[in-house]
Amino acid sequence: MSTSADTIEQLATREYQYGFETEVEAETFPPGLDEDVIRRLSAKKQEPEWMLEFRLKAYRAWLKMTEPTWHNLKIEPVDFQAISYYSAPKKRPELKSLDEVDPEVLRTFEKLGIPLEEQKLLAGVAVDAVFDSVSVATTFREKLAELGIIFCSMSDAIREHPDLVRRYLGSVVPYTDNFYAALNSAVFSDGSFVYVPKGVRCPMELSTYFRINARNTGQFERTLIVADEGATVSYLEGCTAPMRDENQLHAAVVELVALDGSTIKYSTIQNWYPGDSEGRGGIYNFVTKRGKAMANAKITWTQVETGSAITWKYPSCILQGDNSVGEFYSVAVTNNYQQADTGTKMIHLGKNTRSTIVSKGISAGHGQNTYRGAVTIGRNAQNARNYSQCDSMLIGNRCGAHTFPYLEIKNTSATVEHEASTSKIGEEQIFYCQQRGISTEDAVNMIVSGFCKEVFRELPMEFAVEAQKLLSISLEGSVG
Amino acid sequence: MLLEIKDLRVKAEDKEILKGLDLTVNAGEVHAVMGPNGSGKSTLARVLAGSPGYEVTGGSITYDGKDLLELDPEVRACEGVFMAFQYPIEIAGINNTYFLRTALNSVRKHRGEPELDAVEFMQLVREKAALLEMDQAMLNRSVNEGFSGGEKKRNEIFQMAVLEPKLAILDETDSGLDIDALKIVANGVNSLRSPERSIIVVTHYQRLLNYIVPDFVHVLSGGRIVRSGGRELALELEEKGYGWIEAEMAGARG
Amino acid sequence: MSTTQVAERHASLAAGFEELKGRPAFSAGGASEGRIAAFERFSRQGFPTTRDEEWRFTNVAPIAELRLSPAPEAKADSTLVAGLLPLGQDAVTFVLVNGRLSGPLPRLPRGVAVRTIANAEAGDLLPARPEGGTAFTDLNTAFFEDLLVIDIAPKAVIERPIQILHVTVPGADPLLVAPRIVVRAGEASQAMLVETYADAAGDGVALVAPAVDVELAPAAFVDHVKLQRQNNRSFHIATMFVRTGRSSTFTSHAVTVGGRIARNDIVAVLDGEGTEVTLNGLYVGAGDMLVDTHTTINHVQPHCPSHEVYKGILTGRSRAVFNGKIFVHPEAQKTDAKQTNKALLLSDEAQINTKPQLEIFADDVKCTHGAAIGQLDTDALFYLKARGIPERHARNMLIHAFASDVLNGIRLDPVRRTTMALVEGMLELEALEQE
Repeated sequence: MSTSADTIEQLATREYQYGFETEVEAETFPPGLDEDVIRRLSAKKQEPEWMLEFRLKAYRAWLKMTEPTWHNLKIEPVDFQAISYYSAPKKRPELKSLDEVDPEVLRTFEKLGIPLEEQKLLAGVAVDAVFDSVSVATTFREKLAELGIIFCSMSDAIREHPDLVRRYLGSVVPYTDNFYAALNSAVFSDGSFVYVPKGVRCPMELSTYFRINARNTGQFERTLIVADEGATVSYLEGCTAPMRDENQLHAAVVELVALDGSTIKYSTIQNWYPGDSEGRGGIYNFVTKRGKAMANAKITWTQVETGSAITWKYPSCILQGDNSVGEFYSVAVTNNYQQADTGTKMIHLGKNTRSTIVSKGISAGHGQNTYRGAVTIGRNAQNARNYSQCDSMLIGNRCGAHTFPYLEIKNTSATVEHEASTSKIGEEQIFYCQQRGISTEDAVNMIVSGFCKEVFRELPMEFAVEAQKLLSISLEGSVG
Repeated sequence: MLLEIKDLRVKAEDKEILKGLDLTVNAGEVHAVMGPNGSGKSTLARVLAGSPGYEVTGGSITYDGKDLLELDPEVRACEGVFMAFQYPIEIAGINNTYFLRTALNSVRKHRGEPELDAVEFMQLVREKAALLEMDQAMLNRSVNEGFSGGEKKRNEIFQMAVLEPKLAILDETDSGLDIDALKIVANGVNSLRSPERSIIVVTHYQRLLNYIVPDFVHVLSGGRIVRSGGRELALELEEKGYGWIEAEMAGARG
Repeated sequence: MSTTQVAERHASLAAGFEELKGRPAFSAGGASEGRIAAFERFSRQGFPTTRDEEWRFTNVAPIAELRLSPAPEAKADSTLVAGLLPLGQDAVTFVLVNGRLSGPLPRLPRGVAVRTIANAEAGDLLPARPEGGTAFTDLNTAFFEDLLVIDIAPKAVIERPIQILHVTVPGADPLLVAPRIVVRAGEASQAMLVETYADAAGDGVALVAPAVDVELAPAAFVDHVKLQRQNNRSFHIATMFVRTGRSSTFTSHAVTVGGRIARNDIVAVLDGEGTEVTLNGLYVGAGDMLVDTHTTINHVQPHCPSHEVYKGILTGRSRAVFNGKIFVHPEAQKTDAKQTNKALLLSDEAQINTKPQLEIFADDVKCTHGAAIGQLDTDALFYLKARGIPERHARNMLIHAFASDVLNGIRLDPVRRTTMALVEGMLELEALEQE
């Protein structure tokens, strides 16, 4: 008994691997939020008048809203006036080549194990790296431009493609949607914009790595992806963050617009700083992600959530068009004092719409993991189908798993299937593997990856490897 | 001599379960350990395999010239100790064949043998699966997941057939088996009997021993082996029940 | 409803109860006290209403309105009986008519002992249920006039299946039939039982309220099949209680293809480490039928797996209720409980109310439940049609596939075939050649 417990203890004391801070000169607004701050922010970003109007309307709506309390989370109140709403590196590099990027930034990427050059050459991945709110490097733009694909920062898109942005921004997540979405709409710093034209299949995985860096700067990421009729695109989002003592707020909004016959696949690995083993520090991650699928379109959300002190996130699909498909695959890990309240909403409006939900929650230490999912079948959604599966794995005796599936069916032709399970990985499972000659560490990896298999296989290859690695780091020391 | 247990004392949750157990097993022998529920049969099996949750407070176990108690469970497995679990464990998402290949290659690596490639491994698996009447579907399913009680037990013996241990301990492998399944499992075990392999069969009922005929039968009661004999001892127990031995023991003490 | 009202409505039952007091069956084996208590409770409470949570979707008012009288002794036609038996000469056969064993005892294989009301022991006469149970169990306890106790000796492996046929022979008034079966499987024994419930006439009205108790000693194996094929005017409200000992294995397949209101209450207590219980069922509803299944699986000991698959096929205006309870007590660590409930609705008016109910008080367990309700898979239907199979055949194949999933678990081929034929009859399906 003692041997495996010892190894586990050693592994447990390992520090968060991606905890370091980059020193880059930054221009930062003093903390605080009012209309004036929003005007200055918009001016700084050289935005057109309609964008400023959008932000101000959102801000005014936000002032009338209160933070949601229906979730299953314990949250320290956030002082929104103590947050700085703008931070940009002073030395803004040219976008022509990587050589011009601040060497400090490049070293950061190297520490993260994602050298841009290599990715450019080897992986065929176009990278739009958001470093502290403002894009500092964009690659492959030209190659994508040949196909008419737009892949740029949101700031650039607002300036260069105002018609597209104006048409779709807020069309899936209106600024009145919820407290955090309203705040994001008012103050979003930057993010990514993707447009894939009619019938075009994007030839590579689009990828953004971003990290929260400067102290006390909330990050309000805004992403908008539009797949025009018959287009196909796969987008990867992965993040790491430096170690801190204070809580940091992150309230992103992601909108997906899948027009007739198009396919959008959105994959996330979220590995922000979760706080230390005592539960100090860590990121507050309040995200609104939603996609709208028109006729014969398909939206797939895949997420591996291992980081953040608090995760509040429900990537959803509005299946508006007939025969549209929504999918949600999720692995959420909470260790130490992490809390996650995550899940999805599948809103079936069109005929023959289909959705699949596979959620895997892993709780260890004092972690609390909640699955919250809603499946709504509208009155006109003839022959709608949903399959939901949510499995929870408990590691140790102090963690918790909670499942809240909501079903609202207004059309009797619907087929709805739901499966749920709760299990515990324990000494006996590990002993069984050991008795067959397999080491403790391999046994834990095997059991956990087996549990998450249905989700990992939805991830692009290189992402799946990273996800597996992250998972074993996140859970090291939790079994015993 | 393959296994020598001397004066073994074991505690679980502060309760002494084995109270000075002696047992010697030579290569090629089949020993049956019988006894009423709670006599310590499963504890003996699990301590041999190195299960957590038990504290050895005295005595020694020598296996193949080594101090078994010094070895981690996975090392014991690599050294040829195999236990068929009373309650085989399920591992979702990991298919049976992959699991077994990982296990077999760990064992082979330990022995300094080259790892088997996928083709060689599948040949071995097919051959052994036939022995236990396991179909392809069962091999491709997740480890023990969705298996009936009988299928799980069959899978345990199948793993034994692939891993080819020197010492196999079958912990109540007959429980949960109907008569047909019992025959299949027993046939599998019998086909694995060899002069180099020793088997300890832990069971409550004599019935299994009709099919796996032991060389020696031991009766475990109150944490000690209270009687040893040949096959006829099992039949005697069957007829008279465990009460007879327990009464005799009480009489001897009184 | 006041006691007097209940008593008035059930005056015919009360008169029957008074009559029964004069017969030897009443006090056989010391049963009288239990009977009086049960009938008093019934007279006080009457039949359940939809205000009772356990009967929320099952309105038994059509039963409460009947002027029931206890079923008299009767004879069943031997040709009719032969036609109703799913197993032939290979089986050990018992025929119960109106709840009483009919004809001489069959030749019993070694290891099987049987008792009836004439030689019942005190322990045979009280249902194993821990608490009084429903109005229907009370009626059974008050009115049963015979019982069949089957004892399987320790270590006996009974190769021949045991079949029990219950036939209701109607009278002028609606009858109350109270069959009672007790099965006790000794340590490490093995047996297969097949029960069939049927009517001698297609238009007789009866309330059949069986009480079946099964007890498994350690390491015993019992395989139980129940085929309920009563006529569409009868009511069948049954309870089965199962208690399983250490390392024992119990499998049940309950098939319902008859009755106007049909309900099975099945309670299994997994009362020993390492015991495995399977409760499977298939129900078919047509016309105005109401089919209700209530199961309770009680995990009280560690290391016990339980499996449950219930499937329903509903046409016409039929309705179904499924309530599956799984309790995992704090001591029942390493429990592995799986429950699946699927219903196929073949008409727009068919309806089902389904409620899985898992209450888990142990932390190291695996509990899975799945529910699926829907119409025939239009994609699958289209696929078959695209391969040239006419719509009728395609539907036929898909419905067969749905039912086979459960019926394939029935080990005895003739029983499986009889059952499938009844399902086909209910749904007006053509038999598949592969069957």
